Amino acid sequence: MKKDIILAGVGGQGILTIATIIGEAAAKAGVNLKQAEVHGMSQRGGDVQSTLRLSTEPIYSDLIREGSADLIISMEPMEALRYVPYLVEQGWVVTSSHPYKNIPNYPDEQQIVEELESLPHTVMLPIEDLARQNNMPKSANVVLLGMAARYIEILSPEELRESIKRVFASKGEAVVEMNLRAFDLGLNAQCAQ
Amino acid sequence: MTINKRLLLGDEAVAQGAIDAGISGVYAYPGTPSTEITEYIQTHAKDVRSRWCTNEKTAMEAALGMSYAGKRALVCMKHVGMNVAADAFVNSAITGVNGGLIVLAADDPSMHSSQNEQDSRFYGKFAMIPILEPSSQQEAYDMMQYGFELSEQLHLPVLMRVVTRLAHSRADVEVGGKAEQNSLKPDNERAHWVLLPGNARRQYSSLVEKQSELLDSAEQSPYNKMLCDADRAELGIVACGIAYNYVMENNPSATGIPVLKVSQYPLPVAAIKALAAKCKSLLVAEDGQPVVEEQVAALLGADYELRGRFSGALPRMGELNPDNVGEAMGIAVKQSFSAAKNVVARPPALCQGCGHRDVYDALNRVAAEYPNARIFGDIGCYTLGALPPFRAIDSCVDMGASITMAKGAADAGLYPAIAVIGDSTFTHSGMTGLLDAVNDNSNITVIISDNLTTAMTGGQDSAGTNKFEAICLGLGVEPSHVRVVVPLPKNMEEITRVIREEIEYKGVSVIIPRRECIQTLNRKLRQKRAQN
Repeated sequence: MKKDIILAGVGGQGILTIATIIGEAAAKAGVNLKQAEVHGMSQRGGDVQSTLRLSTEPIYSDLIREGSADLIISMEPMEALRYVPYLVEQGWVVTSSHPYKNIPNYPDEQQIVEELESLPHTVMLPIEDLARQNNMPKSANVVLLGMAARYIEILSPEELRESIKRVFASKGEAVVEMNLRAFDLGLNAQCAQ
Repeated sequence: MTINKRLLLGDEAVAQGAIDAGISGVYAYPGTPSTEITEYIQTHAKDVRSRWCTNEKTAMEAALGMSYAGKRALVCMKHVGMNVAADAFVNSAITGVNGGLIVLAADDPSMHSSQNEQDSRFYGKFAMIPILEPSSQQEAYDMMQYGFELSEQLHLPVLMRVVTRLAHSRADVEVGGKAEQNSLKPDNERAHWVLLPGNARRQYSSLVEKQSELLDSAEQSPYNKMLCDADRAELGIVACGIAYNYVMENNPSATGIPVLKVSQYPLPVAAIKALAAKCKSLLVAEDGQPVVEEQVAALLGADYELRGRFSGALPRMGELNPDNVGEAMGIAVKQSFSAAKNVVARPPALCQGCGHRDVYDALNRVAAEYPNARIFGDIGCYTLGALPPFRAIDSCVDMGASITMAKGAADAGLYPAIAVIGDSTFTHSGMTGLLDAVNDNSNITVIISDNLTTAMTGGQDSAGTNKFEAICLGLGVEPSHVRVVVPLPKNMEEITRVIREEIEYKGVSVIIPRRECIQTLNRKLRQKRAQN
């Protein structure tokens, strides 16, 4: 079994934290993993992406082939669209619906939504509103991970929850609790659909 | 023995490998994609000397000094740092080494965060030393131990070359135990180290003689091997470094394509000839420039069908990936969805609240009063001042070039010639240029935009913090023309006035807008909150 995942967003939105949580869970579960990420100049408010490859077989390439990503997880709707050429035919897109407009020529929001909805499997939620309403504005990324959790398949939501505990352990009990709540919020919001 | 597996970035695997190989020091200047190596050693090995260096040349020389004293040293840099370190690097092959010495160059094909995509393997070949090019994080780890042994066995520095996609990709790595550090044992043979022509000729002659030993080592290297071997084949592949992964991703064994994996140089000539003999054509897959393809072309002659970046089978520039390598192997890309319509580029930008913003705001206001003004930029976050909304700088070439290019342009009669350079870039390579300008009484205005850190690479210590006024005065800038301002919107009137005054001064002036990087400041505040 394999899962090729693209994590997308804008520099500073916390996609590398999502990658860390999934990566830690994979390592614990003995699933093979390669995770490429972007550091440096593009982290300054530019588009950022991380590719995550999970497999029970050996993995060679750090990068994902076009047309073969099983899942795109994005903190931003236009950034989700950027990687559509990588999506496999019946792949899933799990994205925040909240646009991040730090460029003057940001496309029409409605058209972005329509293009996303034209794909076979798209899940879109206002994760930042959800996070804010639940007093966890800094954990919007973990809400998104919760939303995506059931599509990762090769790792269970429970394994991801356990990983959150380990990843945030050094930041104290309160931070761990908040991120667990954020994860469950995303997971349940998705189940309710 | 228990197997100890860790999830490590390629850079971290290099770092852990070096720690476990018993290095006593790591010497480096931050540069994407190499920075995380030194950062990892700084946090994981308190017994290893690991303070950031002023530039790659000082790093290379300090590492050579540690090797001279008998201990193992690692020196790390991004590919363009090799240009800065080149004098020391090339001559370290002439002196040879005592304690093992590995030079780690992190190349950036596709220029994700760089101004070119030069291939460091050229430098290794130029210096006539062994080159290691890991294909995976595990090899990056294992090759550190191997490389230090090779270095000590051949008495030569070893170049290890990684690329962005290995440096910044994570995978499971099996790590072993930690070796003891070497004890202090300086090389007493002065003839190795005093490169007067008489000694240098002998040393160079010895380097030339060692070449057959280097070749033997590469031919027998555990990292160079044949895979999916066949008696006869239409196509064979020479897969170098990380390109090996992209080849294997396309399952060459399914189509009967033999693959020669190359991760140690000089090029294993016998293995390549043997592969060529049983194939009708060869594909050379290598990330970066066609270094190997050029050599293989010379080896096999014009009649042999060779494919790669020169032939057009692979793109002439930019990084390799599983798609373009697959196409070169005859496997078409299968896209289910074409590129989305509602997507536009999202270039990086200076952070909100960043002091460089106020500097460019002020500069643009003053420059508007001088239609002939030119602003020479430099390497760092502030290079983003080239993009909208500022569009403030006219050049960005290499570390330190802002000051010296402004000087040359001023010599040619350009006025006002303004240089913008960051604090860390100034100590890296700006100080010598400023001395040239002072000695020639050049009519330039230098702005050292001081944010108290090396910000672009994530906030490493900056070598000159708290020393800039003293450095400028020491280099001979007139005290009344070393001006400090605080780049905040509320100070705009003062900043523009100071810039205007210093442009009007006919000589070298330095303006230091100083305010801490908003990223490092926020990080400190967060840490403080976490402690309370």
